[in-house]
Amino acid sequence: MHRFANPGRFMRVARRVRPWTLGAALLLLPVGLYQALIASPPDYQQHDTVRILYIHVPAAILAQGAYVLMALGSAAFLIWKHPLGDLSARAVAPIGAVFCLICLVTGAVWGKPTWGTYWVWDARLTSMLILLFLFIGYMALANAFDDPARGDKPAAILAIVGIVNIPVIKFSVYFFNTLHQQSTLFSAGGPAMPPEMLTPLALLGGSFAAFFLWLFAVRLAGEFAKVRLRAIRGGLIRRERPAESRPSASARGTR
Amino acid sequence: METETDIALEARALTCLRGRRLVFEGVDLALGAGGALVLTGPNGAGKSSLLRVLAGLIEPLAGEIRWRGTPVAGDREAYRARLAFLGHLDAVKPAATVRESLRFWADLSGGAAARVADALAALALEPLAEVRGAELSAGQKRRVALARLLVADRPLWLLDEPVTGLDAASVARLEAMIADHRAAGGLVIASTHGGLAIPDAVGLDIGRFQAEEAA
Amino acid sequence: MTAFLALLKRDVLLALRQSTDLGMILGFFVIAAALFPFGVGPNPEVLARLAPGITWVLALLAVMLSLDRLFQGDYEDGTLEQLALSPMPLSMLVLAKALAHWLTACVPLIAVAPLIALMLNLPAAGYGVLIAGLALGTPSLSLIGAVGAALALGARKAGLLVAVLVLPLYIPVLVFGVTAVDAHLTQIATGPHFLYLGAILAAAIPLAPWAAAAAIRHSVS
Repeated sequence: MHRFANPGRFMRVARRVRPWTLGAALLLLPVGLYQALIASPPDYQQHDTVRILYIHVPAAILAQGAYVLMALGSAAFLIWKHPLGDLSARAVAPIGAVFCLICLVTGAVWGKPTWGTYWVWDARLTSMLILLFLFIGYMALANAFDDPARGDKPAAILAIVGIVNIPVIKFSVYFFNTLHQQSTLFSAGGPAMPPEMLTPLALLGGSFAAFFLWLFAVRLAGEFAKVRLRAIRGGLIRRERPAESRPSASARGTR
Repeated sequence: METETDIALEARALTCLRGRRLVFEGVDLALGAGGALVLTGPNGAGKSSLLRVLAGLIEPLAGEIRWRGTPVAGDREAYRARLAFLGHLDAVKPAATVRESLRFWADLSGGAAARVADALAALALEPLAEVRGAELSAGQKRRVALARLLVADRPLWLLDEPVTGLDAASVARLEAMIADHRAAGGLVIASTHGGLAIPDAVGLDIGRFQAEEAA
Repeated sequence: MTAFLALLKRDVLLALRQSTDLGMILGFFVIAAALFPFGVGPNPEVLARLAPGITWVLALLAVMLSLDRLFQGDYEDGTLEQLALSPMPLSMLVLAKALAHWLTACVPLIAVAPLIALMLNLPAAGYGVLIAGLALGTPSLSLIGAVGAALALGARKAGLLVAVLVLPLYIPVLVFGVTAVDAHLTQIATGPHFLYLGAILAAAIPLAPWAAAAAIRHSVS
């Protein structure tokens, strides 16, 4: 019966988290930007273009994290039928897609001065592009049905199928690349990074992560409100029932 | 407790959710061998949904179905081997002949291929046996779908508006089919808007179990 | 097992009766391949270099176009809900349908593939590896495609949706299939490529029917 169990506690946590995450994002941003743009040294070879790294790398990590979150939410929805899993997955998918896009666009802008081209079929770039395709597929499927609730389960299955496939796809892309070796190899990140670069990266990464969480909390509240609205229209949560007395009371109050 | 063992199919407190809408809640029913239940109620009351819940196509939000006292949720495959379901769709392939269709359903349900001839006879489909689905009329397709019940040979029949599209003669054949099935100890649950006579069938008005309308 | 064979037999029979559909898929395969010399120029060396890739990509697209036949018709006419009510595990029935799809859609494509390779001037040494790769890779395409087709049941613009869902998942099969031919033509061992194709198939045989069955159950509920 927890399909309509009141996820009120979680939503309250999400609401409380919002000012903190937004605050952290805004606080870390100028410090990180100062470190990244002014305090850190330019690369001896790439000069100032290396600074794109401070946006590019956090975006890549968060995009991949978003997919993992989406798959975990979907698994929770399929296994325990917990509606919060589905709502989280739906909420995080567009965020992940946008971070993916940020990563690809910054990569292209960075690629032009360093490699002389906006795009190469480098293994990392390619797997990021495929990740974007998987996000797009998820969003397309989740919203492809006239009854929005009808898309919940197919989308969740797709997210799971996707996460099973990601290692295979990544491996195949690297495999493909070892045959067609590129002259320039993408080698950002890694332990060989000097501390004056690590500091701005960590600061901006923290800022991005906080912003990501804030967006997630906002979008989750939005997805939750959508479901509530549909349930109210369907006359579902007006009935008195111990498990859902709170939402039905508030639904009546707002009418 | 003789009455307990007599009951073949029993459902308790079934509640069904479609999309975000509660269709019905708290439906109880019990049916013994040879019993028949006729579902009535206005459009949208949940007759089809109840039949689909009973068939196991829809997972009920709450409640339990028992077959001879055992909850079916424990062994869905065994329960599926007991039931035959007739939905709104006839499952007739345009490119397959009537005989091929029935033989396929016989093979799929583990029924004997010999039953195909009997099923064709029972629904007066013999003249159409070699005709492909694409050339059948709506009523003829419905008769093929009804013949599927006979080749499957299952104790529990779940029939959703079985008379739709049937002419008077075919309705009479269906009524005879149902009478034979019950005489052999079979169970029938059918939804209808009228036009189907099942002697001493129990009536169930599904409209009574509707979730309270939002005021 | 009777149910498995009955469904396999029926699906193959129906596909053969509606062989115009199959003809159109093969027609697409050949016509699309004929476009490439116009697009990239008729230079034999360029075409030979592209031949394995073009053949594979077009095979992929042709398989994708044939996926709507897998469940859509059965979904619309009610057969799928009857299959879901069969005592046989639905994943086994999905496997039977995927096998029927492979036999009636992929095997003809494999048979026509040498013609495409000929049109594109593939070196003679590449034919065997191309066909072997297709034979080992296309069953995975049918199985992964079955998941996509099942997920899109009941959706608006289901055909387009299937393409968006399935094509990214086809990339590994494409990569190993094409690199196998390239490796053979450059005298590198092709063993690993075939092992990877086999591994993908070995994983898809149990997993894909299971995921597709879950999606079908949802679609007929």
